[in-house]
Amino acid sequence: MMQHLVIAPVLLPLLAGIALLLLRPLPIGWRRVLSILAVLAQVGLALLLLARIADGSILTYALGDWPAPYGIVLVADRLAAGMLLITALLGLLALLHASRGTDLEGRHFHVLFQLQLFGLNGAFLTGDLFNLFVFFEILLLASYGLLLHGGGPERTRAGLHFVVINLAGSTLFLFAVGTLYGVLGTLNMADLARRMAQVGPAELGLVQAAGLLLFGVFALKAALVPLYLWLPAAYAGTSAPVAALFAVMTKVGVYSIVRLDTLIFGTQAGDSAHLLGDWLLPLALVTLALGMAGVVASTGLRQQTAYLVVASVGTLLTAAGLGTADGLAAGLYYLPHTTFAAGALFLLADGIARRRGELADRFAPDGSMSHPRLLGGLFFITAVLIAGLPPLSGFLAKFLILRAALPHPDLAWIMTVVLVTSLLAVIALARSGSVLFYRARVVNAPAGERLLPELAPATALLLLCLGLVLWAGPVHEYSLRTAQQLYHPQIYIDAVLGREVAP
Amino acid sequence: MEALVAVIIGVLTACGVYLSLRRRSFPVVLGITLLSYAVNLFLFAMGRLTIGQPAVIDAAATGYTDPLPQALVLTAIVISFAMTAFVIMLALKARAELGDDRVDGNRST
Repeated sequence: MMQHLVIAPVLLPLLAGIALLLLRPLPIGWRRVLSILAVLAQVGLALLLLARIADGSILTYALGDWPAPYGIVLVADRLAAGMLLITALLGLLALLHASRGTDLEGRHFHVLFQLQLFGLNGAFLTGDLFNLFVFFEILLLASYGLLLHGGGPERTRAGLHFVVINLAGSTLFLFAVGTLYGVLGTLNMADLARRMAQVGPAELGLVQAAGLLLFGVFALKAALVPLYLWLPAAYAGTSAPVAALFAVMTKVGVYSIVRLDTLIFGTQAGDSAHLLGDWLLPLALVTLALGMAGVVASTGLRQQTAYLVVASVGTLLTAAGLGTADGLAAGLYYLPHTTFAAGALFLLADGIARRRGELADRFAPDGSMSHPRLLGGLFFITAVLIAGLPPLSGFLAKFLILRAALPHPDLAWIMTVVLVTSLLAVIALARSGSVLFYRARVVNAPAGERLLPELAPATALLLLCLGLVLWAGPVHEYSLRTAQQLYHPQIYIDAVLGREVAP
Repeated sequence: MEALVAVIIGVLTACGVYLSLRRRSFPVVLGITLLSYAVNLFLFAMGRLTIGQPAVIDAAATGYTDPLPQALVLTAIVISFAMTAFVIMLALKARAELGDDRVDGNRST
């Protein structure tokens, strides 16, 4: 039974989604409970998987028992298991928030939500490039449904852009996959990595072009400069729980870039080794700078949060672009922090916008606000987290990234951009907070308002960030081991292909 | 034959790129469709073009054609078909809700 553990996180949301589709006649309460239980079980599965691979082993699962590289394999290493846990936790809290009414604004919310998790989990676990494409399409198709959920002209306009740009991205993905298959004759990621070293000079250009094309596609998903323009409108326009869940969607792009950079074009790749190295760091720094410019220029809280997501991708890939295990480890510590914090801010923005009536989340003074102390306090904590001020996890993560950057030749650039953008984040968030809370008319809450269930998911996300501070030692230890595992791609290749196949 | 297939893929891609950069949603949808045709042909050709060879094991066969790209292209066709259907529905919805078929909506009103 335990050998099927690797595929369980993929199957569970799929089955839950189908069940929810069939159980549509049931009252909404039952479906909510079922959906929440399914995500809760995914948290359990992710923890179980994490415990199994904690000793550094890599679990593989050959679908249909076809041996790699001929069949499709699922691979659970430290990175994949960590991403599964982050996704499940964020999904659980976003779903709890959605179960307070967002899920009634349109049809099939819970089905789409489970299918979204199905696509996400599959993308993290798969060890096959074409299978990655298929899971990307699944998560995108579910995300189109979720993004447009509830309707409205703004959502439709942002949704059309989101869909068209992702369709173009999918086409490019297939071109890259086709080229790689045409040259190397395989799509298994471990096998690709193994054969990369044997590419002759005549085909080197083709393989590298395909690699960079893949990087372009993943950069589109991750919202890296100059491919980030679709993100702010899409994320700001959609409903709060969906936007919170989407905080992990850009991380799928980041995950794929890290895989591409460390595995397929990793140290063993011969002439193509570190193909992305020259591109990653400059693009990440520009993304960080432009994202933060967007944060400063935003006219509403949700738009600001969306730009914060862009900026966080910049920070994350800055860490990954350092090209060292220390840098990547710092990035992997930053990843759960930024995902949870952005999710919390999206959920909080919903509560704030709902209290300001016509003004919604726009930064205009003289809005009304009930419970300004509680909401303002939560906003303050989130802002401290995101801006990276001590003593919370944002500070620790940025400190780790900057410490890892110390030996880097471009230290001056990294320091300047990261520190200046942090200052800009403080200024922008302080301005937002003062407009939203200090210059608001305090009104009494409408009768029958239940504050606790409304704010519980966002608070829980903040508590998770607090957990990242309290258990910073073990979490950082885990990310360091993950990074070391990633920088020894031979371990992954051996685990997937078996030692006897490896040269 | 290789040159012909390459030219077809090139022309389809060029038309697809041109159309998907247009301002109204209908040409954009057509462009995306042409792009997906191009990539499907491209994927198919990646197993090398062979004529009259079996894809599955046959004792009398002198050689084989690569069956994997055919499987890949089937998956890709199904996915692009579903996506095209979705984007057409979305474009119609946008036309109805925004009152205009320009992809950036009618911002003047």
